[in-house]
Amino acid sequence: MNRLTFKLEKRLTPSPVMVFIIPLISVLLALLLGGIFLVLTGENPLTVYSLMFVDSLGSKYGLTETMVKAIPLMLTSLGVSLAFKMKLWNIGAEGQLYMGAMAATWLPLTFPALPIYLMLPGMIILGMIAGGLWALLTAIPRAIWKVNEIITTLMLNYVAILWVDFLVYGPWRDPEGSNFPITASFAEAARLPGLGDSRVHTGLFFALALAVILAIVFKYSRWGYSINVIGSSERAARYAGMNIKRNILLVMFLSGAISGLAGMAEVSGIIGKLQHGISPGYGYTAIIVAWLSKLNPLAILIVSVLFGALQVGGYAVQVEGVPAAVATMLQGAILFFVLGGEVLTNYRLKLVSQKGEELSK
Amino acid sequence: MNQSLIQLKGIVKKFPGVLANDHVDLDINPGEIHAILGENGSGKSTLMSVLAGLYKPDAGKILLNGGEQKFRSPRDAIACGIGMVHQHFKLVEPFTVAENIILGEKGNSFFLANKELKAKINELGKKYGLEINLNAKVWQLSVGEKQRVEIVRMLYRGSKVLILDEPTAVLTPQEAGELFENLRRMASAGCAIVLITHKLNEVEAIADRVTVLRQGKLAGVLEHDQINAKEMVRLMVGRAVASKYERDSSPVGGVVLELDKVNAFNDMGLPCLRNMTLCVREGEILGLAGVSGNGQREMAEVIAGLRQVESGKVLLNNGNISNLSPRTIIDLGVAYVPEDRLGMGLVPELNALENLILKNYHQQEYSGRWLLKSQAVARNAETLVKQYQVKISSLHQPIKVLSGGNLQKLLLAREISSSPKLMVVIYPARGLDIGATEAVHKLLLELKKQKTAILLISEDLDEIFKLADRVGVVFDGQLTGDFPVEQANLEEVGLLMTGSSLAKERMNDNEPAHL
Repeated sequence: MNRLTFKLEKRLTPSPVMVFIIPLISVLLALLLGGIFLVLTGENPLTVYSLMFVDSLGSKYGLTETMVKAIPLMLTSLGVSLAFKMKLWNIGAEGQLYMGAMAATWLPLTFPALPIYLMLPGMIILGMIAGGLWALLTAIPRAIWKVNEIITTLMLNYVAILWVDFLVYGPWRDPEGSNFPITASFAEAARLPGLGDSRVHTGLFFALALAVILAIVFKYSRWGYSINVIGSSERAARYAGMNIKRNILLVMFLSGAISGLAGMAEVSGIIGKLQHGISPGYGYTAIIVAWLSKLNPLAILIVSVLFGALQVGGYAVQVEGVPAAVATMLQGAILFFVLGGEVLTNYRLKLVSQKGEELSK
Repeated sequence: MNQSLIQLKGIVKKFPGVLANDHVDLDINPGEIHAILGENGSGKSTLMSVLAGLYKPDAGKILLNGGEQKFRSPRDAIACGIGMVHQHFKLVEPFTVAENIILGEKGNSFFLANKELKAKINELGKKYGLEINLNAKVWQLSVGEKQRVEIVRMLYRGSKVLILDEPTAVLTPQEAGELFENLRRMASAGCAIVLITHKLNEVEAIADRVTVLRQGKLAGVLEHDQINAKEMVRLMVGRAVASKYERDSSPVGGVVLELDKVNAFNDMGLPCLRNMTLCVREGEILGLAGVSGNGQREMAEVIAGLRQVESGKVLLNNGNISNLSPRTIIDLGVAYVPEDRLGMGLVPELNALENLILKNYHQQEYSGRWLLKSQAVARNAETLVKQYQVKISSLHQPIKVLSGGNLQKLLLAREISSSPKLMVVIYPARGLDIGATEAVHKLLLELKKQKTAILLISEDLDEIFKLADRVGVVFDGQLTGDFPVEQANLEEVGLLMTGSSLAKERMNDNEPAHL
């Protein structure tokens, strides 16, 4: 009697079917795993999940909130995906978002009377420059001395968050704000218009436009080609005469600028002022979103909505006494299964008998 | 009766898309030097990896002294006395020779009785004539010495069967001769030596028996008295191969490339080129012989603008190009085929379309201000792939799946199609089989006809003597010899490659060196 064993065999090319199926199965497995935890904590997973689903995607209000969360996720994910494309591991989208929000806030606080056609473009430009410069701060040592950008971008996150805290607890605190750590509310001219009467703001169009632009850059542009080559093999890029240092600086600046824009959109489109804790970690979730989307800008839009919904669903169940951490747990679990499943896009599982005869695929 | 020490029976090993070994049998007797001959991709290395426990065969048996063995890891194989010396040495560079030899041995306590160990190794060394300095750090050793350390390590672990994977690929002719003497001594002491190679002269020089593989199948076994080059080639390739190329003998033109007392540092900041001076003319192939690591790679990089020139001048058609940017130098008409095809010359993750525009994607032909001209890119790839007969299933597939020969054709296609004034090629045929080597050589001769100056850097003297108009020798960052090919002689070039006037003196003082 032959013994049967499983064997992994490398595929010549990644399976296109698996590329689509694996994320789907991963979400299901993550829900299953989350369900086990919910059962252990004495909740009915079906009730919790349906509540999460209905509250995030099943009503007009829920959908609106989901989109509100999805916009900063889209922008920061697009930002990091640009850097990731060149294998620059920009983990600093969170800090770049805060710096962008900070710089954008400066304009309406200092010149509250500017007309809208100067105010909004000014805030956009300031937010992007600040986010970009914050990222550039790590790109310069990386380009010159090869200082690891993972560490520097990560550490600058804390600096940026604490710097914003310093401002809102200190010099920028609204004297009429009853001691809350918030700045004065922006003038109407400093607010991004909403879509209809909802909280979804025009920042959504920034994300949509950037996604299309990045998709074209990655696929069809001369610059995108060189980013791709540098990311795949720095030695080949140097051999081909590409300027690697200049591209490190440029890509990192733009990556940070896009996250800075996310910060500007948050303060201008949602809150209307700068305050402590403006982001619940969008810049970190962006890393997961970009990775799950395989750095495809259009996929980033979709995955961002999914993760926005998860976050909103998490808040919703909190009202019922279930910790909002359920959402974070599901995020982690999805990433875990997708990474694990990646094996199957590059390998195929085969059932073989001890004698080496193939039985089935 | 002659009992085989090791028998492989019906070994089958599959990789995705390839049947690397197709029911291969092999007999190895004690005390013999057994050559495994075959082109690249014929399955020699796979077969030996099965024997050394690195791969599990999909079918077939391994018999040791008639009893079946199953190897789950190289450790099992070593325990049965089978040791393999790989082409790329698996030594820890900062450790001493002695530390490397005992590395990975179970049962050695950390504070091993040093004297005892060293005595044991020295005894082994004396028995087989393998003398090494146990206290030297491995990074200080020459390639030949490192190989000796690997061999002693296997012997120390009690190997009775020693597998060597293309051991002479990295050695000078002198070192190779020494290695062969040592192997002969080990064989007469009862060891079985298995030699993986694709060089016929080595087989003729040393093997007692040869097993020839072709396309994963057993092509034939030749006993000692049947070994001759013609028969081996027939088994190996299935056809006869040209031993000489027809060469264009039109006169060469003016000087294209000139290095004038160039000095440069290697990656460790040590001098690697010392007043290097040479020139290459239009329509001329300068074959630069030398053992790798004597500044050849650095010289190519200096010419291509990838390495700083510390002093001296690099002239292209009398214009100084030293320390210009790589792109400027490319645009001036310098093509470069680096030794590292995949990772420098070509980008493994990208497809053929993208790889074929690597150096000229920025030129008007292939891109506008912002976007690439995808039709022009596709047309370029289709034309080149057809013209240079690159075997490729899809232009959209990452090129890392291609064989070495096809990668080299792809790389040469790109570089030659830029109609360069100067072509720098390093080790163009390294790792290629006979067929692909011939194709690559013909491309270079064709390029010479078009009046390109070619700097051919190689360790393979056969290659240099077949292709070059002039033969140069590089040793320790200097040009130590420069002859027209008609006046160059193989032994002298071989000696110059090992450096030093010492070699020359020995030749004059004593009897003529026998190689």
